[in-house]
Amino acid sequence: MTTIGAPLRRKEGLDKVTGRAVYLDDMTRPGQLWGRTVRADVPGGQLERIDFAPGPPWDEIVVVTARDIPGRNVVPLVADDQPCLVARDIRHREEPVVLLAHADRQVLARAVAAVRLVVAPAPAVLSLDAATDVLSELTLERGDLAAGLARADLVVDGTYETGAQEHLYIEPQAMLAEIGEDGALTVWGSLQCPYYVRPAVAAVLGLPEDRVRVIQTTTGGGFGGKEEYPSMIACHAALLAATARRPVKLVYERGEDMRATTKRHPSRTRHRVGVSRDGRLLALETEFVLDGGAYLTLSPVVLSRGVIHAPGPYRWPSLRIRGRVMRTSYPPHGAFRGFGAPQAIFALEVHLDRVARALGLDPVELRRRNLLRPGDLMATGQPVEPGVDPLAVLDRALDASGFAARRAACDASNAGASAVKRGVGLATFFHGAGFTGAGESKLASEAALRLGADGRVEILVSSVEIGQGAATTHAQIVSEALGVPYEAVTVAVVDTAVVPNSGPTVASRTVMVVGGLLAQAAHEMVDRLRAQAGLPRPHTPADFVVAARAYTHAHGPLVTRARYRTPTGWRWDERTLTGEAYAAYAWACYVAEVAVDTRTGEAEVTDFVAVQDVGRVVNPVTARGQVHGGVCQGIGFALYEDVVWQDGGMANGRMTNYIVPTSADTPPIAVVFCEGEASSSKGLGELPMDGSAPAVVNALNAALGTEIARIPALPERVLQALPA
Amino acid sequence: MIGLDLTINGRSVRARVAPLTRLLDFLREHQGLAGTKEGCGEGECGACTVLVDGLPVVSCLAPMGQLDGATVTTIEGLTAAGPGLDRVQEALLDEGGTQCGICTPGIVMVAHALLAANPRPTLDEIRNALAGNICRCTGYTAIYEAVYRAAGRAR
Repeated sequence: MTTIGAPLRRKEGLDKVTGRAVYLDDMTRPGQLWGRTVRADVPGGQLERIDFAPGPPWDEIVVVTARDIPGRNVVPLVADDQPCLVARDIRHREEPVVLLAHADRQVLARAVAAVRLVVAPAPAVLSLDAATDVLSELTLERGDLAAGLARADLVVDGTYETGAQEHLYIEPQAMLAEIGEDGALTVWGSLQCPYYVRPAVAAVLGLPEDRVRVIQTTTGGGFGGKEEYPSMIACHAALLAATARRPVKLVYERGEDMRATTKRHPSRTRHRVGVSRDGRLLALETEFVLDGGAYLTLSPVVLSRGVIHAPGPYRWPSLRIRGRVMRTSYPPHGAFRGFGAPQAIFALEVHLDRVARALGLDPVELRRRNLLRPGDLMATGQPVEPGVDPLAVLDRALDASGFAARRAACDASNAGASAVKRGVGLATFFHGAGFTGAGESKLASEAALRLGADGRVEILVSSVEIGQGAATTHAQIVSEALGVPYEAVTVAVVDTAVVPNSGPTVASRTVMVVGGLLAQAAHEMVDRLRAQAGLPRPHTPADFVVAARAYTHAHGPLVTRARYRTPTGWRWDERTLTGEAYAAYAWACYVAEVAVDTRTGEAEVTDFVAVQDVGRVVNPVTARGQVHGGVCQGIGFALYEDVVWQDGGMANGRMTNYIVPTSADTPPIAVVFCEGEASSSKGLGELPMDGSAPAVVNALNAALGTEIARIPALPERVLQALPA
Repeated sequence: MIGLDLTINGRSVRARVAPLTRLLDFLREHQGLAGTKEGCGEGECGACTVLVDGLPVVSCLAPMGQLDGATVTTIEGLTAAGPGLDRVQEALLDEGGTQCGICTPGIVMVAHALLAANPRPTLDEIRNALAGNICRCTGYTAIYEAVYRAAGRAR
């Protein structure tokens, strides 16, 4: 049965195209109240008093403040530094202070407006330059940097900046909590990580974890934005529900969602590259700085991924990457597709074009001379895996995009009098899939399969479908491993009372790591049916049904499990960032063509070609969809998506003035997978976020002869960069 | 409160509502038609698009007071019309034009209206018709292809 590689329809597709899929806001529980959050609204200070102005019917309104928290006032993550509600210290403008609930949303809106916070203001840190508190720090070193720089014929410096980016999933954050007669709590929600939410709610309510049940509802996009922040909202809904003894639904309005929840870490990267006259890269000295915002959240993990990706897929005889995350007074920045890598790769790829210009060398040729080859060691000391050929990926992209002809056509067009200039640019890059270093070992994920008497098999994992195709690709993997039809495999609703902890739905690990566990559990199921239920070898789907019936009749339901085990011989030093950083890397080369109007500074991506090696493609339709979507977000990151900060808050927290690409801004995107003879799949979800923005900016700089180094490249910035 | 009569998915409905009640809330909360989604509440994302007298309208900006006598079609109305899926829905499934799905009902309604008015749209016509519907997952390419396929064309 060959299911892997087939363009099968997504499992939950019918419900989505008919509008029948149930998202959190489509649910209503009997006696349900609505919840709202009152936020600090100042970037720093000490909360002295909370006043409730007369007007709203306060005797009907459920009110929760920090002092009402029965458990610990913390949203646990890497460190337990972020409170669930402000007790005294206010560290950013969007910190939650008071929670309110009522059955009528209009009454609730009046109540929110009637809460007055009395705050003694404190100074806020509103720029990286003003930041002095280092939240996290890491250095990656290899070879003798001083010697490398001394040997160089040319040393090229550059500074690159990326802005905050809002996830803008189209379904806003939403949670519903309900407390049972027995005091046990159930939370439904739009989320990526049910097993982050469960301990968080348990800690805040002072309940044992097994008294908290978390159920995922259809989730309208995540992109990392529903990795850690849903724990906060779940805690809030749970506190209100526990106080009210009624179900409470907390759905963020779009503006609140944009202003208060996490965004991509803004970054500033300083590169100094030493290169020989003939274009050999000799030395890389990098300072990579992220704005962490007011709390640690996931910043140390974002930093390590950024630092490890900073050297890109190149041979560097010597390098030193120093990474830091600084504390500021902005709402904490957090997980966003790519997780530190897009910032680092943007800086390096745009800088390499600058180096090529300084050498008078074709940027393609510079990359060709320095790309890693099979057997080479990466900066972490990990060898490039056999069977991978970054040069072949580059050549495939040059070929698929008709790069040389396209560049010649742009040059010819630009020689004319038109105010619209055209350019083509590329980026070569990689993305490490799965958790960094020992992350998977520490997590020890578990996946399970349950066989029914009818021969249907149910997938039990906590890895959620958020649009990326998790349910579909998992079902394909299981179908192939069991030798049963795709239709015979179902996916359980993700409910912590039912599914084991297969880890969070992050880090491009869902197909590669969890899919691998599911294949193992499937092989074990086949072995058990062969041994105990007479399943023949080989077997047909009909044989499988007969064996399933025989097994369950004799022994009851069959559940098989698989748990992650670290491959033998793996080593990782998280202090020096050396060893096996990732189980596998995906490799890519993206080519963008832009047209930019030199009168207005407005740039448009007119064509895009994305070529990648992600190993074996499980479903070409969902895989292509991941690339399309990531490229589109990358185009937004490069050209449009500008978070405007004012007094520590997002001033443009509306879809009217935070601009993401629409269909009118997005060209058709050609996608090529270099599968070769690959037998296994590597992570894919984040890869396309990494290389799109630098390809677009390299195209812009090629079109205009500029040195644009800061994104988004808004029209104003493009005009400023133009030669006078 | 005002009284008004409208047709929703082929059914006559007599409503008694505050005139500024959003059509979106009337559909979701009074009529139990939760297939229409709220993404932004300010007419920017297009997730709440329904057809009013055959034309796409963002229901979060449509006050009920303006809808006396109107004919409203929602995503539920498309599938109720026949046993199978609308051709746009079929094509979205085949091409991968739905991912997280929250924008899909609005996109189906817009594509349906586009093809009713222009059975053989060009790529630019498709891109412009969909420009009021934000999708954060698909990068739109699969949606363009689905609309082509629904129009009986191959790209």
